[in-house]
Amino acid sequence: MKTRKLILYGAALLFTLLAPFVMPDFKTQLATLWLMIIVALTWDMTGGQMGYNSLGNIFFYGTGMYVAAVICIALTHDVGEYTNAFGDHVYRFTDAQYFTGVALGILGAGVFCSVTALIIGYLTFGLRGPYFAIGTLGVAIAAGELVSNWDWVGGGQGISLPVFPYDLEQGKIFFYALFAATGTVIFIFLRWLYTTRFGAAINAIRDDEEKAEAMGIHTLRYKLTTWSIAAFFVGVAGGISAFQLIHFEPLETAYQTINLGIFMVVCVLLGGKGTLWGPVIGAIVFHLFKEVTWNYLLGWQWVALGALIVVTVVYFRDGIMGWLMHVRPEWFGIRVEKKTGEAMQEAGA
Amino acid sequence: MDQILFNLSLLGEYPIVNLKIVLDGVMIGALFALAAYGLALVWGVMNVKNLAQGDFVIAGGYVSWWLANQGVHPLLGVPAAFVVMWCIGWVAYKLVISRVVEKDLFTSLLATFGIAIMMAQILNLLFGSDTQSIKLDYDTLYFFDGFIDVPIAKLLGVLLATTLAACVVIFMKSSRMGQAIRATAQDARAARVLGIDTEKVYAFTFSLNSAICGAAGAIIVMVWVIQPFYGITHSIRAFVIVTAAGLGNLPGVIAAGLGIGALEQYGSHIFGIGYQQAIAVMLLLAVLLFRLIQQRRVRKSLQ
Repeated sequence: MKTRKLILYGAALLFTLLAPFVMPDFKTQLATLWLMIIVALTWDMTGGQMGYNSLGNIFFYGTGMYVAAVICIALTHDVGEYTNAFGDHVYRFTDAQYFTGVALGILGAGVFCSVTALIIGYLTFGLRGPYFAIGTLGVAIAAGELVSNWDWVGGGQGISLPVFPYDLEQGKIFFYALFAATGTVIFIFLRWLYTTRFGAAINAIRDDEEKAEAMGIHTLRYKLTTWSIAAFFVGVAGGISAFQLIHFEPLETAYQTINLGIFMVVCVLLGGKGTLWGPVIGAIVFHLFKEVTWNYLLGWQWVALGALIVVTVVYFRDGIMGWLMHVRPEWFGIRVEKKTGEAMQEAGA
Repeated sequence: MDQILFNLSLLGEYPIVNLKIVLDGVMIGALFALAAYGLALVWGVMNVKNLAQGDFVIAGGYVSWWLANQGVHPLLGVPAAFVVMWCIGWVAYKLVISRVVEKDLFTSLLATFGIAIMMAQILNLLFGSDTQSIKLDYDTLYFFDGFIDVPIAKLLGVLLATTLAACVVIFMKSSRMGQAIRATAQDARAARVLGIDTEKVYAFTFSLNSAICGAAGAIIVMVWVIQPFYGITHSIRAFVIVTAAGLGNLPGVIAAGLGIGALEQYGSHIFGIGYQQAIAVMLLLAVLLFRLIQQRRVRKSLQ
C-alpha cells in the first residue's frame, strides 16, 4: 500500500515536471489546468470540508489580480497616470523591475486576499447554507461592478501589464511553473492539514456546527482561518493569472462570476466533495471536457455548462470519488463486512 | 465625488425631483414585488431557492417582445407569456426541480443556477445580446410644469401587475388548489397523510411561480428594458425582497418591493446609472447584514 502510494505521487510529480516539455503546444492549457486545480482545492476547503458553500471565491481571484497589478505598477510608476495613459506615453519596465513586481505582486495579492477574507468572513459567517452562498455571490458581483466603475484602476477598460521580458515560450513555462508550484504546495499542505486536529475540527463544523461549538470548538475562529488560507491561495493564483494574461478587465476576466467562479464548484462536485483527490480529478476531467468540446459547440458551450451543472448536481452528487468509494471501497482502506448470506455461500463453495 | 455631491444637492434644491424618483421607483418596484412573491411561494412551499427566478422574468419578456414583433398587441403578450412560462416552468420542474426538492438547499440553489445559466445563454443565442423593449404609443401625463412625467404605459403596467397579484392572492385564499398549496407549505407530511398529492402541488406551485415571473417580464419589457443577462440582477432583487420581508408575509413583500424600487432609483440618481447593478447587490448585502445582526441578538444564525 505504502509503495503504491509513493509510486502514484512520484508519477504525478514527474508528470507535473515534464508535462510542458512533453506537450510543448499545450503549455497555456496546462497552466490553466493547474489554476483550476488550485481554485477547486481551495473551494473544497470551505465547501467540501467545512460545509460552507461559497459562490463568491472568485472575489479573491479578481482582487488578487488587481492587487498584484497595482503593486507591480506602483513600484515604479504612478498607478492613476498609468491606467489612464491610453497609449500616449510608453511606460518601460526593466527586467529587474518586472521580476520584483511579479514576486511582490503575487505575494501581496495573497496576503491582501487573506486579510480581506477575515473581514468578509467575520461579516458573513453568521449566514448559513444558501444565505452564505448568495451573500458571497453578492460580494463577488458587487466587487466586480464597483471596480469597473473605479477609474484609478482603469475602470471598465481594465489594466494592461508589462509583457514577460524574454522569449514568449520561456514566459509560458515560467507561468506554468508558478501555477504548478502553487498547486503542488497547496496539495501537500492540504494533505497534511486534513490529517490534523484542525481538519477534524472543520469537518465537525460541517457535520453539526451547534454540536461542534458545544464541544468547545471556537467555530468562528476555525472558519475564518480556513477561509483566509483558501483566499491566500486563490489570491496568489489570481496574481499569477494577471501577469500571465497581460491584459485583463473587471467583469469578464477578473470577477468572472459565471466562468471560473462556477467552474470551481462544478470541478469539486464532479470530482467528489470533501475528498483530497476529488477536486484534482474533477478539475482534470472538467478541463479536458471543456477544452475538447468547447470549440465544437459554437456558442452552445454555456448551455452545455449549465446542463453539466444541472446533471452533476441532480444525478451525480457524490462525484467521481464518491462513486469509486461506493464500487471499490477497498481502494480507500474501507473494509466492508460481507452480508452473512454471501459469506456462508462463499464458505460453502 | 463632485458629481455625487451635485446630484445630492439637486435633491435638496428641487424637492419635486424626489417625488419623481419615488414614483418611478414604486412603479418598477411593483414588478419586482411580483417576481419576489413567486420566489416566496416556491421557497415557502417546497423549500427550493430558485436562482433562475430572474431568467424566468427575462424569458417572459422575450416571449412578449417576440409576439409584439409578429404584430400581436403588446398587452396580449402578458397572458401569452403567462401561459408559455407556465409550460416552461412545468418542464423545468419535471426534469430538474422534482429531483432536488428533498435534497439539501445548496443542491437546489446550484441546480437552479445551472438552469439560470442555460436560459440566459439560450435567450442570448435566440435573440442576441442587445437590450430590447416594446414602445407603446400611449401619451405621457405631465404634472408640476412637466417636472414629473408619467407615461400611461407605466401606469398600465402597474395596473396589470396589481390585477395579477390580486388574482393570485384570491386564488390562494379561496380555491381548492390554493388551500392544498398552503397546507403543503405548513406541513408537507401532514398534507400527504390527509390525501393531498404533494407532488402535484409542487409541480403546480413551480409552474405558477414561473408563469407569474413570465407575466412580470412581459410587463417589464413594456415599461423598461430587457437583456438576456439581466436575469441574475432580477434574481438578486427577488432574494433581497424575500429576505427583507420574510416568508409568507405578503404585505411585507409588497412594501419591500416598492422600497427597493425606490432605493435603486435614488442610488442610480446619486451615483450614476453605471452603478445600478452594484446598488441592487449592495442592497442584498445590507439586508443580509441587517437580518444577521437581528439574529445574533438572539444568538441565532440566518439559515
